[in-house]
Formats: sequence, C-alpha cells, structure tokens
Amino acid sequence: MNDKPKKAPAAGEYGIETLAIHAGASPEPVTGARNTPIYQTTSYVFEDVEHAADLFNLQTFGFIYSRLTNPTVAVLEERMAALEGGRAAVCAASGHAAQFLAFFTLLEPGDEFISSINLYGGSITQFGHSFKRLGWTCHFVDPTDPENFQKALTPRCKAIFIEVLANPGGIVLDVEPIAAIAREAGIPLIVDNTMATPYLCRPMEWGADLVIHSTTKFLSGHGTSMGGALIESGRFDWARDGKFPTMTEPDPAYHGLTFFETFGDFGFTMKARTVALRDFGPAMSPANAFYTITGIESLPVRMERHVANAGIVAEFLDAHPFVAWVSYAGLKNSPYHALAKKYLPRGAGSVFTFGLKGGYEAGIRLVESVNLFSHLANVGDTRSLILHPASTTHRQLTDEQRQAAGAGPDVIRLSIGLETADDLLADLDQALG
Amino acid sequence: MSKPAAEEPLHYDDALLRRILTNTRTIAMVGASPDWVRPSNFAMKYLQRKGYRVIPVNPGHAGKDILGETTYARLRDIPDKFDMVDVFRTSDAVGAIADEAIEVAAGKGARVLWMQLGVRDDAAAERAEAAGLTVVMNRCPKIEYGRLFGELGWSGVNTGIISSKRRKPRA
Ligand SMILES: Cc1ncc(COP(=O)(O)O)c(C=O)c1O
Repeated sequence: MNDKPKKAPAAGEYGIETLAIHAGASPEPVTGARNTPIYQTTSYVFEDVEHAADLFNLQTFGFIYSRLTNPTVAVLEERMAALEGGRAAVCAASGHAAQFLAFFTLLEPGDEFISSINLYGGSITQFGHSFKRLGWTCHFVDPTDPENFQKALTPRCKAIFIEVLANPGGIVLDVEPIAAIAREAGIPLIVDNTMATPYLCRPMEWGADLVIHSTTKFLSGHGTSMGGALIESGRFDWARDGKFPTMTEPDPAYHGLTFFETFGDFGFTMKARTVALRDFGPAMSPANAFYTITGIESLPVRMERHVANAGIVAEFLDAHPFVAWVSYAGLKNSPYHALAKKYLPRGAGSVFTFGLKGGYEAGIRLVESVNLFSHLANVGDTRSLILHPASTTHRQLTDEQRQAAGAGPDVIRLSIGLETADDLLADLDQALG
Repeated sequence: MSKPAAEEPLHYDDALLRRILTNTRTIAMVGASPDWVRPSNFAMKYLQRKGYRVIPVNPGHAGKDILGETTYARLRDIPDKFDMVDVFRTSDAVGAIADEAIEVAAGKGARVLWMQLGVRDDAAAERAEAAGLTVVMNRCPKIEYGRLFGELGWSGVNTGIISSKRRKPRA
C-alpha cells in the first residue's frame, strides 16, 4: 500500500458492471431508501406559484406530471445514458415509441431518412407505412455495402438509421464507415442497439449520435416490461448547417425558446421529452421503469451467459444433419465473424436464425414440437424463445422485403436464454426429429 | 449555444466545481438579458431560486431592472461586492471582460471567473489565473449546480455521479 491519497474514479471511469447497478441511483435523499422507490404518482406538488411557472417554462429542473418526468423513470434514463456513454436519455412506453420520439424531433413533413433494410420487422413497417402518413419518407438500403447509404442521400435526408446487430439474422454492420458518411452529410447516425445491449457494443464509441433501445428485451431482461429509450451523445452540432430548425429555431410551443441554445448537449432529449413525449404521450410507467432498472443490474452477468449459451446452440445446429445453414456472427464460418470481433468483442448476442433442410413444413413442425423453447414473439428473455418470422413478426412485409430482412419462409429465429445449455440442445434435438 | 470550442477538452474536478458553487453567494452576470426566453435569463432566475444573488451587467440595459436587480453597464460600476463573474458573451468578448474582472477583483472580492457553455478564451484564462482567480470555461453554473446537487438527473442527464451516500443539500 502506498500512502498517496486515493482518488475515487472520476465520471466515466467506472466499469460497466458498476454503472449497471449504480448509475442514476443514489439513495433516496429524504428517507435513505437504498433501492430506487417506485414513485407511483401522476403529479407533484409545487413549492409556490413561481416554482410552478419556472417548471412549466423549463427554467428549472423538476417534476410536474408523469407524462413528462417521473423520479423512477429518471433513474432509468440516467442509467441508460451512462451505460451508453451518452449525455442524456429519455424513456418511452416501448422501443417503437422511442423511435417515434427521435424522428418527430428530427423531421418535418416532407423530410427523408435512410435506413438499413436489416431491421426488426416492426420497424420496417413503422418506417415504411406509418411514418409515410406523417410525410416522412424512409429509403431502405442494403447495409452490407456502406456506400449504399452514400448513394441514397438526398438533400432532405435528415438521419441514417441502423441496427448494429440486426434482428432477426446474425448480421453485424460496419458502423464506422456508415458513421463517417453521416458525419460528412451533417446528419445524425441513429443506432438501434437493442440486440447488442451496451454490454456488448457501445455505438457512440463508433460514431453514433443517437442510440435507441427497446428496453423490453435484454435490458429489462425477464420478459416482464415494455419500454424504450432514446439516448443522445451530446456531440452532434445541430446548428452546423441549418438542417434542424426544430433544434435551432425559436419554438412557438415554448414562447420562442431555442432548445439547442438553451440546453446545449442535452437539448435533443429535452426537446423529445418536452414536445414529442408531452404532446403524444407515450410515457413509460414507473412500475415498468422499476422492473427495467432491476433487470439492468444483472445485465452484464446475464449477457455473458446468453452469449455462451448461444454459441453452444449455434454450433450444435451448425453440425446438425437436418439444418441447412446457421446465421450467427459468433460462428467462425459466418461472413460477419470479423465484424463481430470488432464491434461485439464480448460476443455476438443471443438472437440468431437458421434454416431447415425441410423448409417451411419442417419449420412449422419444429416450433410446434419444442418443449422448453417458448413459441412467441419476443427476444431477450431469460427463457429461450423460438419463432418463425415469416408467419409472425415479418408477416406484414412483402416476399422481397422478407428475404432482404433475412426472414425467408425457411427461417427460424431463436433467442437463447439462460437455461442449462444441454437441456436446450436436447429440446431442439428431439423437436428436429 | 456557440460552436463547441475546438481546443482540447477541459476537465474540472467535481470537487472544485462543488467548492465554487458552495462558497459563492453573489454572481455578477455579464450579458444577462431581460428577455425571459434567453438562456442567460433562465440561468439567472434558476440561480436566484437557489439562493444566489445575481447582479446583471449589460450596457444596453444599464439602470434597468432584470429579475428584481438593477443592471450595470460594467463590472466596475457595481457598488456591491461579488464572488464570481459569469460571462454570458461570445468567446471574442471574453478578453476585455476578463481584464476588467482582474482589475476589479481585489476591490470587489471576486475570486472566480466563469465562462458559459461554448465560451472559451485560453489566453484570458491564463491572465486571470495569473492574477489569482479560479477560472472555469465552457460550463453553465445552472447546469453544473443541477448536476452536482442532484437535480439534473431528473431530466435524464448523465451526471457522472456515482454515490452510495445520502445526498447532502448545499450548505
Ligand atoms: C431491434 C428492435 N428494435 C425495436 C423493437 C421495438 O420495440 P418494442 O417492442 O419495445 O416497441 C424491437 C422489438 O422486437 C426490436 O427487436
């Protein structure tokens, strides 16, 4: 032991396991309650009329009404920001709601954005159909060649959206060159990091400006709670070339306040919260925030096991006589193995797809014959899950879209849970027949 | 907000900022605006609610009232003492303000020169430090107060504060 005074780690020096447990959650100052209480309340008493006015004008920090802010949800928000290495976060009722908050804050009617086609099917539908009705056009591109994003740029493109580890199919994107294209174009790169979680990948370290999560998945982690989060890096210059008037011009809904000027590096999430969340209302419930906070505390150990089990199951299937192919970036024979090593050094996640030699019929038989795997439409549960995307999550898409998204008729998607690996192999083996 | 300063990033220990914000009582705010949607007015009002006295300095409004305080044209016109000068002007205006702060510091009891988010002048900071002032640049005292005393996290901001202790209110 030396006798130099020891210094506590400064901000940003704590490990991810520590942040997963502590970030955002100091003891409750009035009672000393150590665990984060569930503030099951809709509203908060003002100190006086002046305080109320300050709150409504955004002149002070504090709570008005739980559609905007809630102390339990705020703990989760700060924790998400810390885990992603970002400046600030805003939570929403679901991952889809978080996506809506991001795009509503970015886009005007008539604006456009570019998205990877390798996305969760529900996101393809949200972008391609529902967003279109709001006057927002999404151009989908094959992300395996980053140049495709460059080629799809138009003057009204305001963002690039990708999933770094794509749902459903074991595809890993080369984030760095895509981030460079976005930076050059002066538009933010938005990364849906749901499948990787900040334990496996932190997209902001590779140039992402905004990160989105469906916290419904590995973060809450136990299949209990819907939720979403939008995190900003704080490094994007919204004023660079006048592309984002919602951030840089006086907001008529707040008496002419300019969000970027007033809130600086957390102006984007402030705007998403105080305009999009306030006016459309998809707030996360405090109870769901509590379950998600509790889930995140064990995220690092859970992800280690998820990844280990997924590797065992993927290798088993890869060697199985009835299996035509396995798409898991953790396998050495995956075309995405090198990218996985770079962007997901702790493991390529636990959601992947495989194809059966017996095609569609064999796929149906498999999902109906498993006993441990649950046949349902979710991922990132402690339980192992199985799904036939073509007939469920990707059902609304055209045949070409399904193929492009890696969800053809012969494809089975697995989300590997935390059970005993041998039991998972035995279940698949008996169900494969 | 002006463009983020291009120089190497600034780092200030939380303990230093906490000490400044705890020991400061009166702030001379250069560039305070009477327009209530301007960031300077937001910051002034917030700091007043937290118990600071904020004296506005703005030659365009000298003699007029901002949030209950008389505005002065220059730092040297302020009759009362103040602990800190908070600069809400663009970086190119900082040099002259810093020199004035250095000149009046001893007489007014000022110990801190603070420049707002996006505001930075390394040469002015060097002169002020040589004259014995503590300098903080490219930070907002409202945001730092909120961050260090537990309010900023309410807006989902990553405060960087990890603690298993009960938070103490500002002394
Ligand atoms: C990668 C990805 N993004 C977004 C979503 C949508 O999230 P939610 O279901 O929480 O709205 C999902 C859900 O499956 C997903 O897997």
